Amino acid sequence: MRSRRAAALLALSLSTTLVLSACGGGGGTTDGAQADAPTISVFGTEPQNPLLPGNTREVGGSKILDALWSGLVGYTVEGETENVVAESIETTDSQNYTITIAEGWTFHDGTPVTAQSFVDAWNYVAYAPNGQSSAGFFAPIAGFADVSPAEGEPTAETMSGLQVVDERTFTVALTSPSPVFETTLGDVSFYPMPESFFADPQAFEDNPIGNGPFRFESRVPDQNVTLARYDEYGGAAPANVGGVEYRFYADSEAAYQDVVSGNLDFLETIPGSFLIDNLYQQDLPDRNGNQPYAGINSMAFPIYEERYADPQLRQAISMAVDREAIINNVYNGLVEPATGFIPAGVPGHVDDQCGELCTFQPERAKQQFDASGFEGTIELISNVDSAINREWMQAACISISNTLGTECNFVPVPTFAEFLTQRQAQELTGIWRSGWIASQPTMEYVLQPQYVTGAENNDGLYTNPEFDALVERGSNAASIEEAQALWAEAERVLIQDMPAVPINDQSAQFGWSDRLDNVSMTYDRELDVRSVTVRQ
Amino acid sequence: MGRYVLRRLLQLVPVFIGTTFLIYFMVWALPGDPLAGKCGDQACPPAFIERMRLEYGLDQPILVQYLSYLGGLLQGDFGQNFRGQDVGTLIANTYPVTIKLALVALVIQAVIGLTAGVLTGLRPGGYLDNVVLTATLFLVAVPVFVTGYVLQAVLGLRLGLIPPTVPSDPGLFDLIVPGYVLGSLSLAYVARLTRTSIAENSRADYVRTATAKGLTRNRVVGVHLTRNSAIPVITFLGADFGTLMGGAIVTEGIFNIRGIGGLIFESIQRLDGVVVTGVVVLLVMVYLLANLLVDVTYALLDPRIRLD
Repeated sequence: MRSRRAAALLALSLSTTLVLSACGGGGGTTDGAQADAPTISVFGTEPQNPLLPGNTREVGGSKILDALWSGLVGYTVEGETENVVAESIETTDSQNYTITIAEGWTFHDGTPVTAQSFVDAWNYVAYAPNGQSSAGFFAPIAGFADVSPAEGEPTAETMSGLQVVDERTFTVALTSPSPVFETTLGDVSFYPMPESFFADPQAFEDNPIGNGPFRFESRVPDQNVTLARYDEYGGAAPANVGGVEYRFYADSEAAYQDVVSGNLDFLETIPGSFLIDNLYQQDLPDRNGNQPYAGINSMAFPIYEERYADPQLRQAISMAVDREAIINNVYNGLVEPATGFIPAGVPGHVDDQCGELCTFQPERAKQQFDASGFEGTIELISNVDSAINREWMQAACISISNTLGTECNFVPVPTFAEFLTQRQAQELTGIWRSGWIASQPTMEYVLQPQYVTGAENNDGLYTNPEFDALVERGSNAASIEEAQALWAEAERVLIQDMPAVPINDQSAQFGWSDRLDNVSMTYDRELDVRSVTVRQ
Repeated sequence: MGRYVLRRLLQLVPVFIGTTFLIYFMVWALPGDPLAGKCGDQACPPAFIERMRLEYGLDQPILVQYLSYLGGLLQGDFGQNFRGQDVGTLIANTYPVTIKLALVALVIQAVIGLTAGVLTGLRPGGYLDNVVLTATLFLVAVPVFVTGYVLQAVLGLRLGLIPPTVPSDPGLFDLIVPGYVLGSLSLAYVARLTRTSIAENSRADYVRTATAKGLTRNRVVGVHLTRNSAIPVITFLGADFGTLMGGAIVTEGIFNIRGIGGLIFESIQRLDGVVVTGVVVLLVMVYLLANLLVDVTYALLDPRIRLD
């Protein structure tokens, strides 16, 4: 009897140990540097890729990279381009550029930022076998086709268009003139890399070394990334705060609660349920903001579908959408209706390009729709795992259905990944949501990738040679003014064809804890981590 | 006893292979491309896709992928997810938090549930019995996410008694409210189960004998009655521990606890089969081991139960 009980006890402790040892070891977090200035905490999401500039195209990662690195140029909140690491960027023909780097810039490991740091980094990203997701950004540079040919093996490892002149100067030759090349240099993919990266890219991923206002300190997957202020920063002035912790949330509702109670310092997107009746302004009195940014919400057509091939029909649908109603009911009046394809924040934007075609014209819409002979139901498709896409698409659906007297269904796709896959495979047979953010403030970056024939994001397979020619002429124009005029003309062509229906320009609602002062947003709607201060 | 435990442990092998196989194939069968959405709103360039496909063996047939994954798993290598992170590390980071949370929930439901059950079981039909019956009915009726959001909003936001979310390295105190939320449903079941069991057994012969022997009421109830009545409750709690680990998804989401639940949820969304398989396999192991623990506990509670 006794011995059995002893055996049972033994077995009990054995299986307990097994259960617990299956649980693995503990994962601790490291505390941020608390030298003199305090660290602030900012909402973030887990980066999709390793923290490398050439391999980061989504917001969770690029937000962190923007604090770790500084590029040749940066953007003001109005979308103007200004030199940061560059002392000067000179060109006479918009095709051959001489770039000089300002003095005093160092990487976080102490090595100087040189012309070579840029040239090597760019060649690395562009070289196809390295498989970097941003490789396409280097396509305008002469010799890109040799390192990343459309088909077959690369014939060179470096681009012939990049030449180092001396320690602080290098030249860039483009295949054709581009008046916006200077502007594109502010993109994440053009950041410089220190020598240590090329020696061991794998180790670099675990401990990225940039040249920005903050240096990398620690990273706990799915939890946070901590950065500390870099005191030798080469830019205008070091940051005011001692460090930034990007804290990852699965759900922005929880982050919102944390901001209200002072547990988190900054949240850049107020969740949709707190925009209703402007609830967030009551929860966060004097510590909330609303700022438009260069993004646009639209609904794109599958032009490869016979049913949607008629531009008259697409215009009719555009005029059937009551944008004001959507904005008032869904966005609580916080955004502006779109009046063209170019968001208002992009330099060169022309007001009211679209005119009547982008306003609610129930009668004309109905007439034109009936004339088109469209049959069947209209379907609006969107992923439903982010923001308030479902809500505004449903509102648009109701508006279309009421105006045109036809049936309209909203078709949800559970995840963004699935939605994107179907979109890119031309599997969607209805009208889908298409958002676009001009992360580079140029009209070209809105028009070219989305609507030019065969462009990588032209998922609706829209094509019009006149439009293509105008965009290309703009891209090769000698001056930026000339280019903008041509792109505006291209936009007018686009409006007649209406491959997508512009709905509204986007705007960011954000909130912060009562610890913060001097809160402002950057051009690409992130917290300006350099100017923000902590209340004493 | 030793042979019994060994046999049960050996049974884990086919279950291990079966689960990994099923899960791996199910994740693969989900629609969508795991590489989509890695480049923001835009399409990824072909060179990037090519490199990722080679690196993660996506060009191989699914069976080959599974076998090489299994091979790694047997050597203790959980593989890498599509973000280049070591899945073993991810699990090691998140598992302790969820275990802690599940244990807190378990303790809360055991303590409150058993106490309420014993008290009401001794006086069925009494005032307290009615109160507990109503309260548990309410708990069963309200979904976990409602309890979670309400407690978070009231205690966290309006009253400011607790932080609305749990810090990344939580202490036991931080986990009390989420633990209660997680365990609230089972708490009701435990209370009701105990009540029925106690009410039935209090009329049993051995209780009458014990009372007749002149034992104090405390000893009769505490040692004889409760111990025997606890057997079905222990079965329930043991099985529930496994459920709590997997069922923490909602609670972890509400309180932003970076545990195993959130990891599974996000990995399913991202079609990260390597992570999902790894975590689910561990959950299955814990479930089975917890059940083993329950069976072994029987022998302690009731010496008549033989295991081998």
